[in-house]
This record gives sequence, C-alpha cells and structure tokens, in this order.
Amino acid sequence: MMPDLGKYAVEVMSAYAVSLMLLALLVWVSVARGRRARSALLQAEQEVHGDG
Amino acid sequence: MRALLIRELRLALRAGGGFGLGLAFFLILTVLVPFSVGPATTLLGTIAPGVLWIGALLACLLSLDRMLALDFEDGSLDALATAPLPMEGTLVVKALAHWLTTGLPLVVAAPALGVLLSLPAPGYGWLVISLLFGTPALSMIGMFGAALTVGIKRGGLLLSLLVLPLYIPTLIFGADAARRGAAGLDPTTPLLMLAGVSFGTIALLPFASAAALRMNLR
Amino acid sequence: MSLWEYANPVKFLRLSERVLPVLWAGAGICVVGGLLWGFFATPDDYRQGSTVKIIFLHVPSALMAINAWFMMLVASLIWLVRRHHVSALAARAAAPVGAVMTVIALATGAIWGQPMWGTWWAWDPRLTAFLILFLFYLGYIALWEAIEDPDTAADLTSVLCLVGSVFAVLSRYAVQFWNQGLHQGTSVPVATGERTVSDVFFVPLVICMLGFGLLFLALVLYRTGTEIRLRRTRALLARGARSA
Repeated sequence: MMPDLGKYAVEVMSAYAVSLMLLALLVWVSVARGRRARSALLQAEQEVHGDG
Repeated sequence: MRALLIRELRLALRAGGGFGLGLAFFLILTVLVPFSVGPATTLLGTIAPGVLWIGALLACLLSLDRMLALDFEDGSLDALATAPLPMEGTLVVKALAHWLTTGLPLVVAAPALGVLLSLPAPGYGWLVISLLFGTPALSMIGMFGAALTVGIKRGGLLLSLLVLPLYIPTLIFGADAARRGAAGLDPTTPLLMLAGVSFGTIALLPFASAAALRMNLR
Repeated sequence: MSLWEYANPVKFLRLSERVLPVLWAGAGICVVGGLLWGFFATPDDYRQGSTVKIIFLHVPSALMAINAWFMMLVASLIWLVRRHHVSALAARAAAPVGAVMTVIALATGAIWGQPMWGTWWAWDPRLTAFLILFLFYLGYIALWEAIEDPDTAADLTSVLCLVGSVFAVLSRYAVQFWNQGLHQGTSVPVATGERTVSDVFFVPLVICMLGFGLLFLALVLYRTGTEIRLRRTRALLARGARSA
C-alpha cells in the first residue's frame, strides 16, 4: 500500500505530517472560535430582546 | 519649518532627551561581539561591517519611540496637527532631527568602533558612506513605525516587530556595500540601491506616516 | 435605528451560510484527493527521489501564502476607500490563514531542501523571502491585537498592509541580490516550483493547488463570519450596558 519512499522516507513523512497537522490545527481553532462567537451572539441577542 | 527643527534638536539634546544613548548602545554592542564570537581578528574583521551595520540599526531602533510618543502624551502632537505646516512636513522635520541626533553620530562613531573589530583598512571609508546613505532611511522607516504605534501603551516591542522587517532591504544593501568595500571590491551597485531605498522612503513614507498619525489622533 | 447594520454584514453572512458547505466539501475533496494521488500514484524523481512528493504541499501553500497577503491588500484598500467593515474584518480573518500557509511553505521547503543542502535550513533566496513574509504577517496580526478601537485598528493595519506590500516586493529583490552575491548557482530548483513539471505531476499538483485555494476561501469566509458576529456581540452588549 505504502509507496517505497526509499532513503527519503523520514523527510517526506515529516513534511506531510507537519503540513497536515498545521492545517488541522488552523481549521480546528477557527471552528472552535466560530462556535463560541455564534453562541455568544445568540446569548447577547436574547439578553437584549429579553429586556426590550 | 526651521523653528520646528530647532525645537526638535533642542529637545533631543537637552538632558533626558536621550542624546548619546544611541551612541552608548552602539559602543556596548560592539564590545559584546568579541565576547560572543571569540577574539580572533580574522573572524572579527570579516564580520565587522555587518555587525557595525546591525549595531547602528539597533541603536536607531531604540530611540524611535522617542520621536512621537512624548509629544503625543503631552498633547503637542495635536497642536502640531493643527499648525499651518502640513503633517507630512512636520514628520519629515522630526525624522531629520532624529537622524541628526541619532543616525549621524553613529556614522561618525563607526570608524572608531571599526578599530575595535579589526575592520580591514579599505572598509572604513565605505562603511561610513554606506551608513551615511542608509541611516536616513532607518530614521524615516522608524518614523512610520512610530506613527503606527504612537497610541499604544508600552508599544516599544511592537514597534520593533513592525520596523525590523521593514529595515531588511536597507540592511542588506548597506551591509553588502560595507562588506564589499572592506574586501576591496566595488560597492557601487549596493550603494546605488541603498540610495534608492533612502530616497524612496523619504519621498513616500511621510504620506503613510501622516495618514497613520491622523488615524491615531482621531 | 436597527439592531443589525443593514449594509454588507447581513448579506455577507447569508451568502456565506449558503456557500460555505460547498467550499468546505470542495476543499476537502481536492486537498485529500490531490494529496492521495500525488503521494501514492506518482513516480519518484530521478534526482530527488521520493522527496519530489513534497511538491504537492510546498507549491500550493507557497502560492496561498502570497495570495493571502494580496487579498489582504485588496481588502485593506477597500476598507480605506469605501469603509466596508466586512472588508476590514476579512483582511483580519485572512492573516492567520496566510501566516499558517507561510509556515507550511517554509517547513516543507526546508525539509525538501535538506537532502540537497545537507542542513535543515539554508538561506535560499526563495525561502528567505517567505521568512520575511512570515514576519510581516506576524506584525500585521500583532497590530490588530494591540489597538483597542476597532476602526482605528482597521485603519492602521490597512496602512501597514499597504506599506508592507511595497517592502515585501522590495525585500524579494534585495534578498535575491543578497544571496546571489555569495553563492553562485546554488539556487535550488527545489524551492522555485517553476521547474518544468512533467504531466505526471501536473494534474495532482493543480488539484492540490485548487484544494488549498478552496480551503483558504472557506477559512476566510468562515472566519470573517466569526469576526462579524464578535463585533455584533460587542455592539449589543455595549448597547445593553448603556440602557441598563
């Protein structure tokens, strides 16, 4: 299944690992922050409508 | 304009104005280098042009927030903004004052410090010339950084983070000219590029700096 | 007086709600598909061995690193001229994405060059230019964080982006000049991405580039939405505090 990466296996694997981890981290942080922002906005809207 | 320049110079030169601190820092940094890389004269001689350029650059950097922060705090910047002299002109004058009190002394001091670092004989003249061409750009670019960060409390570190990458082209051409000169090669190309960078920054950055300052004064 | 600033933010959020699922899906398919194809189904280069597979990460990320800054430049100009908040927030949202792309480009570029250069880092002009770009990203992000008033922050970061763009181009040439002088001819073809790529690599590479592009778009739209919501929340709470 795995292609024979020969003597550069470490380099290639680490390049892919680093890149994919960074991308995953970026997406995860963005989504987590987005979810928090959404709920914070909902809450703020409720509070304002609740008083008004 | 002249009155403003004289005011700036007087402020910088009086006690507490910070004059001489840049020079002292330049000296101390130069002294530290052999302690970190070893005293071998051939090594020192090789790195001397570059090290002296970095020293000058950092010494400039340290005095940047002085350019605007004090006037910002006591309100004189607002007064200058409403003065008949356009903001761009004011900032050029301030940058000129900064150069006269910080950059120029560094240029004068550089040969003496070159002796400490075993700078090769042909290098002295070219070092001075490259610093002479380049330090005005450092003052003007620094002015831009100061205008961006003037409203930020303790913005000194951020100022450095913003300004140092902008200093890179000046450093590359200036240090290269100094190195070539020290090696006896012809430094004309980097010197011309350096002059171009200085002229360009002095011509264009006052507008960006004035815009940034106006945004901060609002 | 309305709760929502009726201009762009509402339309923007509505549009992005519709478009985002497609973008995420497209990005996922292209990135995963392209990388799988490139990793498993392409041959080794006779000179570089299997390290050529890194091209599928390095070129797309390097491309996006530059495109992201360019997008920020355009968004900054739109803010300065037309004062659309969405534009300023989009630039702010794009910066971390561009920064991460730059780091990926740097890491993959360095790793790719290691077998060729023998060290984990060499001051190759291309890589050095990306390193400088990364510093510009850091400064831009830091400035946004440092200024309290959002509109002033938008203004100042826009000016920084403009001036930074000029210096980024200037630095690119300065760095080429700087390294040429020292090492004749060691500009490694590795980091250019302009090397003539044979067909076998070309298609998966294009798919990866498309995938990274879609991912960038998705992330920026999503993150801009987040910024808009945060800004809206602040406004609501401020109004609530005032009337309390």
